Amino acid sequence: MPLLELAGVSKSFGGIVALHEVTLAVAEGEPVGLVGPNGAGKTTLFDCIAGLLEPEAGSIRFGGRRVDGLPPFRRSRLGMARTFQRLELFSGMTPLEHLLVTERTRQGTGRLWKDLVGLGRPTRAERREADALLDLVGLADVADQPVEVLGLGRARLVELARALAAGPRLLMLDEPSSGLDDDEREALASAIERARRELGAAVLLVEHDLDLVAEVVSRLVVLDAGKVIADGGVSTVLADEGVRRAYLGAAR
Amino acid sequence: MTELLSYVLPGVPYGCVYALMAAGLVLTYRASGVFNLAFGAQAYVSALLFSVVVQEGAGTWWAFVLSVVVAGPVMGLLLDGVVFRYTRGAPPLVRLVPALGLMIAIPSVAQMLAGTSTRVPASFVLRPNQVYFHLAGSAVSGEEIGTTLVAFASVAALAALLRSRRLGLRMRAVVESPRMAELHGVRSDAVGSLAWSISSLFAALAGVLLAPIYAQLNASNFTALLVAAIAAAAVGGLESLPLTLVGGIAIGVAQQVIGGYLPSGTILSSGLRPAFPFLVLAVLLVGRRSLRHDGRLDDPLAGCDPPMASLRPAPRMAEVALGAKAFTVALGAAVVAIAVAVVPGNWEFTFTQAAVLSIVMLSITLLTGLAGQISLGQAVFAGAGAFTAGQLAAHFGLPVLAGVLAGGLVAGMLGAIVALPTLSLGGISVGLLTLSFALLADNVLFLYSWSGNGATGLSVPRPKLGGLSFAGTGAFFGLSLVILGIVSGAVVLVRGGTVGRQLAAIRGSETGAASIGIDVARLRIVAFTLSAVIAGVGGALYASLEQSVSPNDFNYQFSLVYVVVVAAVGVYSVAGAIEAALAYTVLLQLVGSLPGRYSSLVALVFGLVALGYVRHPEGVVTYAQSWVLDRAEQLARFLQRDRASGAEAG
Repeated sequence: MPLLELAGVSKSFGGIVALHEVTLAVAEGEPVGLVGPNGAGKTTLFDCIAGLLEPEAGSIRFGGRRVDGLPPFRRSRLGMARTFQRLELFSGMTPLEHLLVTERTRQGTGRLWKDLVGLGRPTRAERREADALLDLVGLADVADQPVEVLGLGRARLVELARALAAGPRLLMLDEPSSGLDDDEREALASAIERARRELGAAVLLVEHDLDLVAEVVSRLVVLDAGKVIADGGVSTVLADEGVRRAYLGAAR
Repeated sequence: MTELLSYVLPGVPYGCVYALMAAGLVLTYRASGVFNLAFGAQAYVSALLFSVVVQEGAGTWWAFVLSVVVAGPVMGLLLDGVVFRYTRGAPPLVRLVPALGLMIAIPSVAQMLAGTSTRVPASFVLRPNQVYFHLAGSAVSGEEIGTTLVAFASVAALAALLRSRRLGLRMRAVVESPRMAELHGVRSDAVGSLAWSISSLFAALAGVLLAPIYAQLNASNFTALLVAAIAAAAVGGLESLPLTLVGGIAIGVAQQVIGGYLPSGTILSSGLRPAFPFLVLAVLLVGRRSLRHDGRLDDPLAGCDPPMASLRPAPRMAEVALGAKAFTVALGAAVVAIAVAVVPGNWEFTFTQAAVLSIVMLSITLLTGLAGQISLGQAVFAGAGAFTAGQLAAHFGLPVLAGVLAGGLVAGMLGAIVALPTLSLGGISVGLLTLSFALLADNVLFLYSWSGNGATGLSVPRPKLGGLSFAGTGAFFGLSLVILGIVSGAVVLVRGGTVGRQLAAIRGSETGAASIGIDVARLRIVAFTLSAVIAGVGGALYASLEQSVSPNDFNYQFSLVYVVVVAAVGVYSVAGAIEAALAYTVLLQLVGSLPGRYSSLVALVFGLVALGYVRHPEGVVTYAQSWVLDRAEQLARFLQRDRASGAEAG
């Protein structure tokens, strides 16, 4: 049984059809790339899966369970974690604090009385875990800086680390490499790889950097004008004539 | 039927003024994404200017030109150029705080310059007081005809302007993305300025035309006018001008009809008429989807803007950090010493007031500073605490200290109830909803004998604990310090705990918080409840300090002033709340020794300081500290280098 299963998912805004009967399955632990030209509906698809948008038709199953209709935080607790194309960081907090709050939330909801008797502070184990994650994504040196002062590239890595701290079964990354320099891109690729190995998480990667995509995933889904136009192995899909026309614009 | 018409017709001119204001609000909202809460204040200033000029003997036309055609647009340009231009696209709190600052600062300047004044009816072609004809048995005066005609003509003109390609289209582009518009050759700032001056002209016009509801020109009547106008704008979904016009007139008419049909002499009938627009606004905010979001737009070029100012001071060198602590203590001691030495007055009492008010301020620190939620109704929670303690003491002989606890609990329940309808709303809408709640409490809820007991109020004794009496101000001061200590400690513990970190996360990004599994709705309720408990405890203690309180001690103006004061001084720390309360009470005491017309000086000072929130959200105290510390750090580095090079040479 696939981990994530979309069947006939459609979504439109006013007259614009953003998604048209998208059907897609991602197996447990499988890395899948999602590519397509700008405006193809990639982010809309992410928002539908994560629960920020409700599709008009179709069903979304996660771990065998219908999740459409569930609010985003419930889907997250079931094991979805994501990054955002437009960053949604906790301004005013440091990368370390981002990870600490995420880990604590994963363990369960906080109790006010525990906080009031001083039991709510981060434990040593949580701190070690957070430090390890920061090392993994290469943010150890800015662990205690407020996220506003980080550049775009490092801010994206904070989002990645936060998503990893949630201990996901499905990791959804929305253009994680945009704005990253070479070192950061390297850290990103190895972080995704390790997340897959250690957590056994499936990955859904939206990305324009096809080299990175090829490095991380083995299967590619191409979206164009809200429709899935190709789904298969990376090299097969990239060689496909229709894909080249829609996405790469190479063949005329 | 005739009876109904006799109530409907007089409502039309009021409604027209609401619609006029509302059209202006819609214009600035559409052109700059800013909800101009200072709009009522602008109308007030023009109205005041008009009546002063007429009373000085100048002709009505001169007065009109000066107060509407000149003063209106000038005010708009000023507000846009100095403040609102810099808040476009900023988070709700950053857009709201300066607007609130202006909302209380502008009327206080006007009041200081002109005092309160009686309204002069304005009409030019028609004689304002002459009855021109009778319709369904009611007299229609020149003022009513004039007001209606001017409102219809102005709204129609504005609608035509917005349809035009030249202005209308550009405005839409600018609000979508000022930078993108500029890349296409539109001068964003110029379009914004134009919108602001036209919109402010509408405010001025509404202020001068102001339907004869109010005999006296005072600022709070204009706040009521503002809220009615917001309700009318909400009817139009903050977009459609015709619907806005209809909404304004409907609200004006409904108010008259309610006043006519409800049995007179009850609180409901006297209170519901002024409160009706607030109810309408509350219902629309919760019910209309289009009003829910924040008006925060996804500017594709937002990345070009410099990042928002950080709330967190940069880490300091150890010596300098120690120096900073010493500096804070020294500054506090100096302020207290100077205050006690120089100025006459009952200082023991003033400092006790400051300690008690600190608790109320802490409720804002928790709700706004920590959780990022906006409430413009904190005084209601304080009032709920105060009245609960008072009622329990009066009817059941409950000891006041138990009453303080009970007050906190009742206020907390009220907080949870208020939080429920806000769950699906964005920041600005939550602010408006809580403001209408505060106005409802002022006009209806707090007037009943079982709650605030109207103008008479309640008496609340000073507390006793076993043989210990806190009747003397000195003993009460000690008690309030202890309670302040407990509450501060609780806030610090919550902030350092799981819930506190989750609240900080939702302040940063609600979407991000939900993405890691935080239940944002539940935490919002927690934040409102906790904050209301704290405000309730503070309010009950305040009642016991003053020994007699009435709803007037907790009216909506206090809700606004408290938020502005805390935001100006420092909303992100416990110390900020205490400093804010201290600064506010001490300034009030100082101003108290000046002539009466300067009584609004305090509001002016804090209102102006709050404008700095856009660039320095950390507040004026922290800003001043870091300014000094930056210099100190430079000096320390310089000395170190000096020593190091000295050692090398040796």
